[in-house]
Amino acid sequence: MPQTTIELSSIEKRYAAHAALAGVSLSIAPGEFVALVGPSGSGKTTLLKTINGLVTPDAGSVRVLGEDTGAVPVHILRRRIGYVFQEIGLFPHLTVGENIGITPKLLGWEPARIATRIDDLLGLVDLPHEMAGRLPAALSGGQRQRVGVARALAAEPKIMLMDEPFGALDPVTRDQLGTDYRALHEKLGLTTVMVTHDMSEAVLLADRIVVLKAGVIVADGTPGHLSASSDDPDVRALMDAPRRQAERLAARLSESPA
Amino acid sequence: MSPQLAAAFDLLPDYLAWHVLLSASALALGLIISLPLAVAASRSPRLRWPVLAFAGLIQTIPSLALLALFYPLLLAVSALSLSLTGHGFSALGFLPSLLALTLYSMLPILRTATTGILGVDPAVREAADGVGMTAGQKLFQVELPLAMPVIMAGVRTAAVWTIGAATLSTPVGQTSLGNYIFAGLQTENWVSVLFGCAASAVLAMTADQLLGLIETGAAKRDRRLMMAGAVGLLVGIVIAVLPLVSFGKPASYVVGAKNFSEQYILAELMADRLERAGGTVSRKEDLGSAVAYRALAAGELDVYVDYTGTLWTNVLNRQDNPGRQAVLDGLTTELKSRDGVTVLGSLGFENAYAFAMNADRAKALGIVSLADLAREAPKLTLGTDIEFLSRPEWKAVDAAYGFRFKAQRSFQPTFMYRALSGGEADVISAFSSDGRIAADKLVVLTDPKGALPPYDAVILVSPARAGDQRLIAALKPLVGSIPVAAMQAANYSVDRDTAKASPAEAARGLVK
Repeated sequence: MPQTTIELSSIEKRYAAHAALAGVSLSIAPGEFVALVGPSGSGKTTLLKTINGLVTPDAGSVRVLGEDTGAVPVHILRRRIGYVFQEIGLFPHLTVGENIGITPKLLGWEPARIATRIDDLLGLVDLPHEMAGRLPAALSGGQRQRVGVARALAAEPKIMLMDEPFGALDPVTRDQLGTDYRALHEKLGLTTVMVTHDMSEAVLLADRIVVLKAGVIVADGTPGHLSASSDDPDVRALMDAPRRQAERLAARLSESPA
Repeated sequence: MSPQLAAAFDLLPDYLAWHVLLSASALALGLIISLPLAVAASRSPRLRWPVLAFAGLIQTIPSLALLALFYPLLLAVSALSLSLTGHGFSALGFLPSLLALTLYSMLPILRTATTGILGVDPAVREAADGVGMTAGQKLFQVELPLAMPVIMAGVRTAAVWTIGAATLSTPVGQTSLGNYIFAGLQTENWVSVLFGCAASAVLAMTADQLLGLIETGAAKRDRRLMMAGAVGLLVGIVIAVLPLVSFGKPASYVVGAKNFSEQYILAELMADRLERAGGTVSRKEDLGSAVAYRALAAGELDVYVDYTGTLWTNVLNRQDNPGRQAVLDGLTTELKSRDGVTVLGSLGFENAYAFAMNADRAKALGIVSLADLAREAPKLTLGTDIEFLSRPEWKAVDAAYGFRFKAQRSFQPTFMYRALSGGEADVISAFSSDGRIAADKLVVLTDPKGALPPYDAVILVSPARAGDQRLIAALKPLVGSIPVAAMQAANYSVDRDTAKASPAEAARGLVK
């Protein structure tokens, strides 16, 4: 097994005059849960998409599981990497089961093996088995994103890329799904990279937080390490936000009713 | 059932079969071309504009003109192919109709398919990429299925247009439901015209409903509904086209006719004689005047009747008038040496361009000859058929007499006579064998300067049939056998308003 699961070296990406990524290098070890955070336009989504080839960098190299991604046809690469994003993008003309089984089908799995896999995954993401025959339009937002996660996991990837996966869900569903996913990450031994703008979510779920600002990495460490040691006032402010929020919440909730 | 209706039903299997075959082929071809184009256009904004603009431009060409334009084009391509490879092909009939209708069907399909593909949710496209689909898998498994309901709406529009426009393929020699309409218009058989319109409308509505089933099925993601529509269409096409397969023995002779009653009657007369001699015959009717001769010279027709004056001026481009016999002799040698076309002989009557007036009106104005007409012309309106004013005969007669009419109006031949009796025209360009001259009490003006060439009806035989003894033996006896009075009577029996005869019935009464 390679030392790093994902290795990004000096990645640059420009959109017209705007530099989305200005030389980013990042190594992610097997089993890590990394949160990419930063303000809008800081380049976190662009960085995530260079890993599965949805964005092609102008300069720099991407290695996934020890292999240079430039040397693999991009659709082959993507079948090895789970991808979940905020809009979910379930195929509206396919049933829930067909949506989940799509990557195994593209890989040419036996129908019986796909059927078993769909069944297992529905259980894994805590959905009833009879849901396999329904169309996505009949599902709630939370159920849809559970299907989205199941679809991403279907071909047994080692790596999961998540772009604000729970951003559009209500707080309760969001918390539940985050916790459930973290458990799956442990259980399946995944390497996860998650883009989020919610610092509480990053702190609660990730082992390691990478902060981007204007296309460069300004901080990188465990949640505890970042909040204690960063020199950058922006990073300090970012890391303080969840703490202050938690303190205020605790104070408000412990006030005795008048 | 009225005999006219019964006659119309008799023709239905053949007309419908061709109409369905033509429309379905054009639509299928239109789809095969338009879908890849639409995919390319949806991928490239730079391609999108020119493709949609081109399809829109084609739509602005009147459909009849589009059909007409393909004939000379294909004729040129066929000649080129003949000189390069030794193989030509028919420039008349199915091919020009198919190409024109295909072009015509493309715009709605192109527009809706481009819109439909572009309208697929970007999140769904991203997911398709994310799960590891190739560009082709994304197109066929995601984009096209999702765009399907929109595309089908375009296909429905295209189908209705194509089926309607296919009636216009009759004048370029393709049998269709348009035969009812064009022949009916010429012979004032309104039952036939209505029958053609109704048949075409029912066909269009049926196709639209079946395609609608597929569209609804696609929108509701109901595969059974889509299958029902597709199977219905397929079965309908097969049943409609079946008459062509089971009775479609290759016709040994192709008899042509231009677009008026006399031509229909003479075509029936020749077809009848060829069939009695043991031949099988197919007909290509309602051909344009110039189209007919070129089709014969190119071997797409075997035989048809034309008129010496028409051939003299339009085919040989002659302006002079050396006299009746000299024109016939000149044509016989020149058509043979130039195009290999045989002039079998004159049928015995003339169908000349003539100027006709109401007898009473002519007498009141003191008009007997074209010279008298020129004198009174500033007070009079000239009514002509659609092509007369652009023909060399008109230029010749106008140059000779110097007409200055108050107004000039063009009509379909049948409406031209109505215009004369209704007062919308004072003098018309009649045909001397027309039965309505005697019936409507018209007088034909004399031509003292001999400006109008003679118009003896002659049988023309294609180069390939010049040595066909069965054909010669069957048709030669017709030479010199039809006096003008007999032809006038036959024409009138078809053209009159009541107790109309069919062209075939008129033909049976023509030669005893």
